[in-house]
Parts: sequence; structure tokens; C-alpha cells
Amino acid sequence: MSDSRDPRTGEPIPEMCADPKSAENSPRPPARQALMTISKATYFKEAALKNLFLVCACVAVAGVALIFLFVGLEGWPIFAKVGVFNFLGGLKWYPTKQFFGILTLIVNSMLAMIGALAIGGPLAVGTAVFLSEVASPRMREIVRPAVELLAGIPSVVYGFFGLVMLRPIVAHVFGGLGFGLFTVWLILAVMIVPTIATLTEDALRSVPDGIREASYAMGATKWQTIWRVLLPAAKIGIIDAIILGMGRAIGETMAVVMVAGNARVIPDGIFKPFLTLTTVIVLDMPYAAGDHRTALFGVAIVLFIISMLFVAAIRVISRFGKEMS
Amino acid sequence: MQSRERMNKRATNAVALTVIWMAAIATVAALGTILVYVFVNGIGQITPSFIFTWPHGVNMEGGIWPTIQATVYVTGLSMLITTPIAVLAAVYLAEYAVQGRLVSTIRFAADSLASVPSIVMGLFGLAAFVEGMGMRLSVLAAALALSFLLLPIIVRTTEEAIRAVPKYIRWGSYGLGASKWQTVSRIVLPSAMPRITTGVILAAGRAMGETAVVIYTMGTMINGPVSPLDPGRTMPVHLMLMAQEGINMPGAYGTALLLVLLVLGFNLTARYIGRRNRRMQG
Repeated sequence: MSDSRDPRTGEPIPEMCADPKSAENSPRPPARQALMTISKATYFKEAALKNLFLVCACVAVAGVALIFLFVGLEGWPIFAKVGVFNFLGGLKWYPTKQFFGILTLIVNSMLAMIGALAIGGPLAVGTAVFLSEVASPRMREIVRPAVELLAGIPSVVYGFFGLVMLRPIVAHVFGGLGFGLFTVWLILAVMIVPTIATLTEDALRSVPDGIREASYAMGATKWQTIWRVLLPAAKIGIIDAIILGMGRAIGETMAVVMVAGNARVIPDGIFKPFLTLTTVIVLDMPYAAGDHRTALFGVAIVLFIISMLFVAAIRVISRFGKEMS
Repeated sequence: MQSRERMNKRATNAVALTVIWMAAIATVAALGTILVYVFVNGIGQITPSFIFTWPHGVNMEGGIWPTIQATVYVTGLSMLITTPIAVLAAVYLAEYAVQGRLVSTIRFAADSLASVPSIVMGLFGLAAFVEGMGMRLSVLAAALALSFLLLPIIVRTTEEAIRAVPKYIRWGSYGLGASKWQTVSRIVLPSAMPRITTGVILAAGRAMGETAVVIYTMGTMINGPVSPLDPGRTMPVHLMLMAQEGINMPGAYGTALLLVLLVLGFNLTARYIGRRNRRMQG
């Protein structure tokens, strides 16, 4: 961050300037010194406010801890009871008969995510390239709000749209009821477009113009510049965007539950109904009790850990990218 | 030979740019299809009596007023809880924080919170507020659970807004002898206010459309909540239940359209504020 901070102390420079002499050979941060020279009351007020803000910032940390604590406390007994391997590796999810294996659900969630990414990823990256490199300002004024509105549409409306419009079309064209992976892919693909497109556009925009100009000066066409120069230069940002999109696809619930058909098997075709990690919670929660309920909280733990892993992956990749450059 | 290569280059360029155009068109078309479909099917439903009366009968005929009331209530309450905390947290991150382990932990936590699936947040709300703290299914429990969902969104937009305030404005303030807090509260926050407002409005739109969180923390009872400890059914929950049970599809279309119109209204308001601000500044 290049702002008004002294690299040694991290304190804003203007305050240090207020009292440069005491700043030089004092172990105290110069800002504090400067404030002390104003008045003790002001100093305490400033310090108190700073700490208040810090507490507010720490609410986020507390939130993550609380989620872990409460969901973990509710869900942990199922891991203890059936064992981590049986829970994560079991193929059968028949909670009423004491079968608590969620591997089928994990596989189905992955299938839904991969298909959505295969359709939505290119769509989103294409849209982002359009916005940052191809579009005239006027076209940008149309496409960018559209992307933002796509992000704003509630997931239940996506699901409703999928149920009443997309599903009959899929059923008509491909046979069957129209519930299944294919319909879910289409809906999720549209839902992850804004996530990926916005961040990819940011990444492309942060590539300096000089690099574009150099490429054009070498006689490269627009497409050669995009494909050989800009996309590689923005690679890290685009990977981050795609991982975030994957997280969105895995965690999506309400849109999926309405078009997935919700059969408790690994589907043997892309037009067959199936059940995922998120939709099983919606479907079973209303009547679940005892171990069944605990198992659903166990599923929530798994979902939470998957989403944390995605965030961690983004951080690792970004750090790696910084070291490379 | 060389001219053929150049031809190839040109042709590839043309094809590739067409594909990029098509991606953008497909994105806009997806939005257009959804909006037009919901609008055409729902517009016939939107009447004053649909908006302002209660549903009745086994098929939920009549209006959806209590669900609108519940939606506005829970959104408002969660914004009241989240906004001050989120804005102050952003002030810390943008103005006070020194890069270090604490700040990177806070950022990691905020990113994680932003990516928690909403269904997990719903179960968290159920375990923590509804059962753990004995709030039962209530607007308050839903608002608290939603707050955790909104917090990282508002923190991020506010932090960006604060960072966009030019440095020299701060220097001017410090130069006049203002303290840090005086500078932040009187100079930086007012300058950043339009963009902060935009972020807050967008977050409110997000809260309004949220289904998975509120269904486990407010329940599905049709009930115009008055006290924060009352349960209720919000519009997205109402839409989901009607669509899944297939009992009253016209009502579902009407609810979907109203929901989309609300979210659209919030988005356009946010854009308007952003644009007006840009015009004022330059």
C-alpha cells in the first residue's frame, strides 16, 4: 500500500512531522509523542477510539470462530460416532437407517461445480475481456450494469427461473423431467459469471497500459495481445477469480435445490436428478432429529472447511504470484 | 507466404473478437431473459391488493403483505446492526492498521466470512442464536445471522471508499492541527460517504434476497412480525415454498417479480448515488 505511512513505524507521516525531534531517538511511535504534546485527554481519546475500531475489525475473526464453535459443537458427534472416514467416504446416505456416508454428496457437488465452471468460466472471462479490452465506452455502459445486476438477483429467483422456464425447455429438448446436472450447470454458470467477470476485469485493468502498447508496437493484433500478453499477465488474478467462482458454485443452495431433482444417488447421466452437500441440508432439515440432524451439521462443517480451503488457496496463490514478479 | 500469415493473423483476430462479443452478449441475454420472463409472468399479479393484503386459504390466495413486512424488518434490523461495526472496522483497516499478523488474520477472517455458504450461515444462526441464546425463531436471530454475512461485504466496499479519498486532503487536515480522529470523522468519512452509501445499499439488496439464512432463523410462519422476537416468513422464503409446493404459481410469479423489482430498485439507487457523486467531483 503506497499511502502516507512511514515505512519504519507504519504511522502516518503527517503526525510525525508535527514533532520531528522527539521522533528521532524515542522508542515510542512518533505519532503517540505528537499526540502527547497536544494533550493527555486527546491522546487517551484517540487511543480509545483506535482500540474501538480494532474491536470492530476483530468481529470478523470472532464471527469465523463462532461459526466454527457452534456448527462444530453440533456436528462433531457424528464424526466421533461413525468415524471421519466412514462419514466422508461412505457412499450411502440413508440417515433413517443409520447410514451416514456423504461421499456421494461430495462427488455430486463437485460434478455440479465443474460443469458450471466449464460453461460459466469462459463466459465470464470472455465478458471480462470484452469489458476491459474490446468494448467501446458505450457498450461498457450496457454490459457492466448487466453483470452487476446478475450479481444482485437473489438465488431463489434464479432457482425459480430454472424451475419454471429452463426445466421445461431441457425436458422438451432432451427428454426426462428436466431436473438434473445439466439444468443445474446452466443456472450455476450464469450465477458465477458476475463473481468471475468482475474480478477478472479488475485483474486485466491492473495490467499497465505500457505492456499493451508494447505488444501493439510489435505488430500484434488485438487478439494476440489479449491471448499472449494480457491474459498471462493477469493470470494470478484470473485464477483467484475462478476459485471464488468455484466457492460460489459449491455453496449455492436455493437455486440448486429447485432444479436438481434431489435423488439420493450419484446420477448416471446429466439429465438425472441428484443431491448435493447443500441441498441435502435444505431437504432433510425440516424433519431431521437426533443423529440425522447432527449429520447435517457435519455436512455444514465440511462445506465450511471447503470454503475456507478455497480462501486459503487464493491467499497462497496470490503470495506466490507476488514472489514471482 | 508472409501475406498469408498476415491473413491468418487477421482472420484469427476477427474470429476471436467475435467469440468475445458473443460471451458478452450471452451474459446480457441471460439477464435479459430472466428479467423479461419474470416481468411478463408476474406483472399481471402486481396489484394493490396483492401487495397490501394477507394471504388466506390453503393455497395462499390473496396478497403477500406480511412477507414484505418481514423482509423489510429483518433487512433493516440487520443493516442497523452491521453498518456501524462494518464501517468502523473498515476505518481501522484503511486508516489505522499496520501491516502485520493481526491485520492479515483479520483479512483472512473477513474473506472466509464472505465465502461461507449461506446455508452454513443459516445452520450457524440456528445453533447459535435460535437455540444457543434462546431467541427462538425470530427476526432478531435472523438479523444477527445476516449481519455476519453482510459484514465482510460492507467492510470491503467501505475500505475501498476510504482508500479512494486522496491523501492530500488528509495532509491538509493534519496540517491544520487536526487529530487523527478529527481527520477521519470530519474529512475522510464525509468524502467517502457516497461510495459507502452505495456499498451499504447493495448489501441491503443482498440481505433482502437471502433465503437460506432466514429460513432457519426466522422460520416459515406467515406472520407480520412486530417485536424483534417474533418469527416471520420473508419474501424469498415465501417464493421458495410456493414454487416447491406448486400450490399457487401466480402468487409465486408475483412474489418473484416484486423481489426482483426491489433488488433492481436498490441497485439503481446505488448506481444513481455513485454517478451523482462522480459528476459532483469532476
